[in-house]
Amino acid sequence: MEYFLQLFFGGLTRGSIYALIALGYTMVYGIIQLINFAHGEIYMIGAFVALIVAGVCTIYGLSGVSILILAGVIAIIYSCAYGYTLEKVAYRPLRGAPRLSPLISAIGMSIFLQNYVLLAQTPDFLPFPRLIPDFDFMEPVAHIIGSPELVILITTVVTMILLTLLIKKTRVGKAMRATQQDMNMARLVGVNVDRIISLTFIIGSALAAIGGVLVASYIGQVNFYIGFLAGVKAFTAAVLGGIGSIPGAVLGGLVLGWAESFAAGYISSDYEDVFTFGLLVLILILRPAGILGKSHKQKV
Amino acid sequence: MKKMTVLISTFALFLSIAATGFAADTIKLGVAGPHSGDLAPYGIPAMKAAQLVVKKINANGGVLGKQVELLIQDDQCKPEIATNTATKLVTDGADVVLGHICSGATKAALGIYKDAKIPVMSPSATNPPLTQSGDYPNFFRTIASDDMQAKMAVDFAINKLGVKKVAVLHDKGDYGKGFAEFAKKYLDESGKVEVVLYEGITPGAMDYSSIVAKLGRYKAEALIFGGYHPEASKLVSQMQRKRLKTIFISDDGVKDDSFLKVAGDAANGAYVTGPQDLSSIPLNAAATAEFKAEYGAEPGAFYQEGYSAALALLNAIEKAGSTDYDAVTKVLRTEYVETPVGKIKFDSKGDAEGVGFSVYKVENGAFTELK
Repeated sequence: MEYFLQLFFGGLTRGSIYALIALGYTMVYGIIQLINFAHGEIYMIGAFVALIVAGVCTIYGLSGVSILILAGVIAIIYSCAYGYTLEKVAYRPLRGAPRLSPLISAIGMSIFLQNYVLLAQTPDFLPFPRLIPDFDFMEPVAHIIGSPELVILITTVVTMILLTLLIKKTRVGKAMRATQQDMNMARLVGVNVDRIISLTFIIGSALAAIGGVLVASYIGQVNFYIGFLAGVKAFTAAVLGGIGSIPGAVLGGLVLGWAESFAAGYISSDYEDVFTFGLLVLILILRPAGILGKSHKQKV
Repeated sequence: MKKMTVLISTFALFLSIAATGFAADTIKLGVAGPHSGDLAPYGIPAMKAAQLVVKKINANGGVLGKQVELLIQDDQCKPEIATNTATKLVTDGADVVLGHICSGATKAALGIYKDAKIPVMSPSATNPPLTQSGDYPNFFRTIASDDMQAKMAVDFAINKLGVKKVAVLHDKGDYGKGFAEFAKKYLDESGKVEVVLYEGITPGAMDYSSIVAKLGRYKAEALIFGGYHPEASKLVSQMQRKRLKTIFISDDGVKDDSFLKVAGDAANGAYVTGPQDLSSIPLNAAATAEFKAEYGAEPGAFYQEGYSAALALLNAIEKAGSTDYDAVTKVLRTEYVETPVGKIKFDSKGDAEGVGFSVYKVENGAFTELK
């Protein structure tokens, strides 16, 4: 039972990070049908910015949690700026172009950002300070679920609730949903579609940055390449849950996290990826649009 | 107009003849390894070693009265890039090659050098079949192979640490898996130890919580890990987070300052095997001093081995009197040469005689050699 719980919480932690990143993929896809391959890099940049801020804060003698919050906030602001610029520079000029062009542009931006960080920072692995302290009350269960996992889970849940409120209850959220349903119609009723698209990128980037900061302080290292691998997994999660569907991205992330964790735990970590991608194939055969995705008829 | 074109092309032709004319007057030492990417810290020291050796030899009149020219190529430790690198070096006319660094990349490139009859010497590729299979008579190395390293680690775990239950993990790569396979073989052969877990982990995965949980489930007293430092630091940090007391034992791929830096205090108490500390050898100290004088920093991984390989290769050409393949390999196999890793020659399979391993313990954020 203890072993099961370890795997359960390990998978949950990993899955909620996947979910945070997958939301960015799925929201952007929902609105402009673009798979933003550079999204993983935004996550990586978030982690790097947090590392730099944490370094500066340590010099000024701040302590663990306050650094985490400060570094997180600055990382979010930075990543949002990157997400916004990314959309402006690489995707907006291609708005009317065939769907493949922005896709290529996205892959290009991904490679560019990776190499930019490689050159501007370092090709090495860097230690990331453990910003999440070990809470005393967690000590009896630390071998099952540690403080970092707890912080990751709480942060993810809070973020998801805020996101749901934003989309369901605010004017902006309404405009986003309208744009997702029909961009031209939304424009006709007075929605500033360009601004809504920018906003979607900004929100997606903020979520990725939160994921980046959490993961980096959980595993304690960052590198220019982490975004690519996390991006691939999160993209898989988004497809698994049904790309374009927000609850789908969360569900997809969790299913993927658990599948990996249990496959590695009960079968063999040799076949971790085999099982997860096998699961993806199986789900896509049974439900081609993903678990919660709706297959739309092509609009003519 | 037409005359002009003819004139220019004639001129160009002359130029190319002149270029090959000059080229014949140098001995070409190819250097291949990762000089960019996340494994660059393993390749750059050997490259700098080659540059220092060549600079010194050229200042003393070169080899066989000719200047030595370096051809440096980056393979990023990737097998698919290494084949291109090798082809490039062969076309550029390399006489001997120092490299590659990673075992996987070396294996991919060796066939190309073999067909072109170019002796290759790696300062770091420790995968055993590279020499032991006998497939590559053109291959030599200035580092001991993984099975020696694995033997060392296993003996240490059994005799010094006295553990009974051991988990063996690897990163599924040529280097890590090779090390792990040998470790498992020696553990099984000893009959004193139970291998409770033998698995590969995915390099670059977000975390290793499941495998760490598994270590606890099987009550492994020690973990022998074959792989490189990024995965090792993740493993030790997560083991510490989960309050596991499992002793971490690993290979030379982990004996890197990045491991100490990234894993921090979680690295303390870990054991790694690595080449013997050779700082008592005079040439070794001299090589380190040379590096410090030039770059003002500590040399880094495989610098001494790289330095030795460059010396051994150029020495062999000098003694052979030519860059002829058979003559050079014969000298490498028969004549001793003084290098920073000791006085060495190579056995019939290409392994350096007299090069071995030690066990190091991580204490207070530094590697300490255990005698």
